[in-house]
Amino acid sequence: MKLNPAEKIDIEAVLDNLENYRPRRKGWTWRKVVPEQKIGDFTYFDTSKNLLNNVPLPASRSFNGIDPQPEPVITTEIASGRFEDDIRRMRMAAWHGADHLMVIRTAGQSHFDGLIEGTPEGVGGIPITRKQIRATRKALDYIEDEVGRPLNFHSYVSGVAGPEIAVLFAEEGVNGAHQDPQYNVLYRNVNMYRSFVDAAVAKKLMAGVDMLQIDGAHNANATARKAWNVMPELFVQHAINSLFSLKVGIPKDKIALSTVPPAAAPAPDLRMNLPYAVALRELFAGFRFRAQQNTKYIESSVREATVTHTMNLLLSKLTSADIQSTITPDEGRNVPWHYYNIQAVDTAKQAFAAMDGMQEMIELKKDGSLKEEARELKERSILFLQEIIDNGGYFQAVADGFFVDSGRYPERNGDGISREMDGGVAASSIVPRDDDYLAPVCDHFGYNNLPEEIDKPCDLIDGCTLDKPEKITYIDELDQEDNVEKRLAENRPYRKGNLLKPEVEWSADGWVNTTLFLAASEDVAEVAALKIAEKMNLKNAEVIHKEVMHPAEGTLVEVKGRVDFAIDIENLEIPEKKEALPDDQLREYVDNNPINIVAATVGNDEHSVGMREIIDIKHGGIEKYGIKVTYLGTSVPIKKVVDAAIEVNADAVLISTIITHNDIHRTNMKKLHDLCVEKGIRDKLILIAGGTQVNNDIAIASGMDAGFGRGTHGNDVATFIVEQKKKETKEEG
Amino acid sequence: MGIKRDDDFAERRKDLANLSDEELKQKFWNLTEKIVDPLLEQAKTHTSPSIERSVLLRMGFDSLAAKAIADKVYEAELLGKGAGHVVIKLAEKEEISYQKAGQAIANGEYELKTLRSLFERGEQR
Repeated sequence: MKLNPAEKIDIEAVLDNLENYRPRRKGWTWRKVVPEQKIGDFTYFDTSKNLLNNVPLPASRSFNGIDPQPEPVITTEIASGRFEDDIRRMRMAAWHGADHLMVIRTAGQSHFDGLIEGTPEGVGGIPITRKQIRATRKALDYIEDEVGRPLNFHSYVSGVAGPEIAVLFAEEGVNGAHQDPQYNVLYRNVNMYRSFVDAAVAKKLMAGVDMLQIDGAHNANATARKAWNVMPELFVQHAINSLFSLKVGIPKDKIALSTVPPAAAPAPDLRMNLPYAVALRELFAGFRFRAQQNTKYIESSVREATVTHTMNLLLSKLTSADIQSTITPDEGRNVPWHYYNIQAVDTAKQAFAAMDGMQEMIELKKDGSLKEEARELKERSILFLQEIIDNGGYFQAVADGFFVDSGRYPERNGDGISREMDGGVAASSIVPRDDDYLAPVCDHFGYNNLPEEIDKPCDLIDGCTLDKPEKITYIDELDQEDNVEKRLAENRPYRKGNLLKPEVEWSADGWVNTTLFLAASEDVAEVAALKIAEKMNLKNAEVIHKEVMHPAEGTLVEVKGRVDFAIDIENLEIPEKKEALPDDQLREYVDNNPINIVAATVGNDEHSVGMREIIDIKHGGIEKYGIKVTYLGTSVPIKKVVDAAIEVNADAVLISTIITHNDIHRTNMKKLHDLCVEKGIRDKLILIAGGTQVNNDIAIASGMDAGFGRGTHGNDVATFIVEQKKKETKEEG
Repeated sequence: MGIKRDDDFAERRKDLANLSDEELKQKFWNLTEKIVDPLLEQAKTHTSPSIERSVLLRMGFDSLAAKAIADKVYEAELLGKGAGHVVIKLAEKEEISYQKAGQAIANGEYELKTLRSLFERGEQR
């Protein structure tokens, strides 16, 4: 299947014949870096290969549509609970520049003792099953062909079924995964012995297919009360998982440290986070760094979150990031909505473009407080390691509450997470391997009493699934009610029919967001906003953000709610998009039928950029077709425009007008029309208005023949004039 | 719950103060190794129900069969032999494919003591 950029991805087609799908490759892929790359007018120092299909940043409009792709792999994390909707979100994110698509697992899967099958709906993520990852990987194959860059698919190898999930991922071509037994122990209360014994097998399986591993250390700063105090412990957690992984067999360049700048403004963010980031990169040289963004201090303001994340990106640039993760700025208010995934990806892309080549001009100081503070953090972490050993080793340290203590080690506040050695989920479930223990499969970690005469373990069974994928047994669905086919049948009219409903997460979920400013105190504003939402017929309305502008003068409130109606797009009158005539046709017509126009920016408006772009030959404006333009300048009174039109015997008048608070632009357009009528020249003149906020409907309603808004080029305007002239000639003839 | 302690970093760091950056890094990784090695040793010498299910998956059993087989093997206290091992032993004894043997265990067609007997000396000949 080849995707057509003009059409939605066909989920039903993705699901078709899944039982025979095999991944086209396994393992992780980095971006192809292009040194000193010329893109548009600029030379970039830190970019990678451009995309085949993409959506550039909004401002790219003024830069010939360029879309420089930074060096680091860019992650987006998706957690909608329905993989079929995640796929659409992944396609949008890939077009904007994400190439690491991470799916969060449904709540509770880490305690599920075994694999889940089929496609049940998840909560805050999807249940990871063979069918769901196979369908997603298959869709990503199509999407990566469309954007022209390999896409890495990623999820989690954690919980009490870690080794099984690792087999599943290895078989199905999942490219990266979180794997860190400490995460299981500290945050999921899985028995500590079980976690480490399972982790070794899971990691070995990941190593066997070149999967990239990401650790879970960053969760310590999301959990600790004062996140920046856990910096010494973060080194310890990174080190334990990294060395454990290395010794199991994952190469250094496939072991990524998940590192988050622990502090955030209004704390002096960079001054605190920079020594930490520097020390980490010195101690762990050779490993990879996955720069995660701060989630600990996200509130409901998407603006604030975006600034925090931009500062995090600066830190990545000042130090290094092999993978730049992005956090949706709405994480503090919603289970992330799809367009916020896209915005977070754009934030990273924009910031990296802005900082391109920065290291050519600046560098971090090699001495002074940066060096001293980095050294201090290292020493504190070494003391931490020493005390773990003196205290009886890792398990005893966990039992004694060493980890996620809010004190800055060696300070301890006695509030760490403590787990019993024989407690937790799946306690007492590990068993010693007997002398004759045997596992007749590949990529198995640990003692294995294999016969000497075989080449590889799975010779004993004539090949395992890692060698012979045809041995994999595919289960489609176990639950006849809770599955993707049922969900797709329900929303098919919205996906494949004519119905359209707003959505933020799932197909046609109906959610909309409304922004209100209310001239009232916070308490009043919140209740009033809900009342307003009710009168707007929004269902399940909920205030998702409020921000005091002044305690008495007013409050900004954002309210989400659902609409319970759909629009039938068949009944919509979509203004026809006029294709401009080819340049040579325009030129030929004007050669044979000279056209003379008057142009001006009217009212009290000194803007001339837009008008210049439309008329000026240098900008590809209408002059290049031979149209003669009398340009009157800016802030021109309407009367003067009409006088000039009469004087030069113009065929058309072009006015530019900005949008104003009190509808001056409409007044100006009407005035032009009326004055032309009064002077008896309206029939002879083509009247055209333009401006960033003008559109054809507003212009026509105000007496113009046409209106042109943002994104108009000279050929669009020339085409309109030429076609009007042709029509006139016909009518006259 | 952990202990409470004031920041005595200045006191504790005395032994570290004279180390070069490189020595400090060396120490960091040497200590980490001391913590990690016992964890690895335990992992090498132990198995778990999930590990054995992962073996069965690699042998081509679906997740439902893998769970049923591993549960039976655990009940028979044979996890330390390896679940895959139990399956191939049974296949050898019954002269059937290992897939059939595994499915039969999953279906409960064998008593635990029959499974255990696969590993008793007398029957190994």
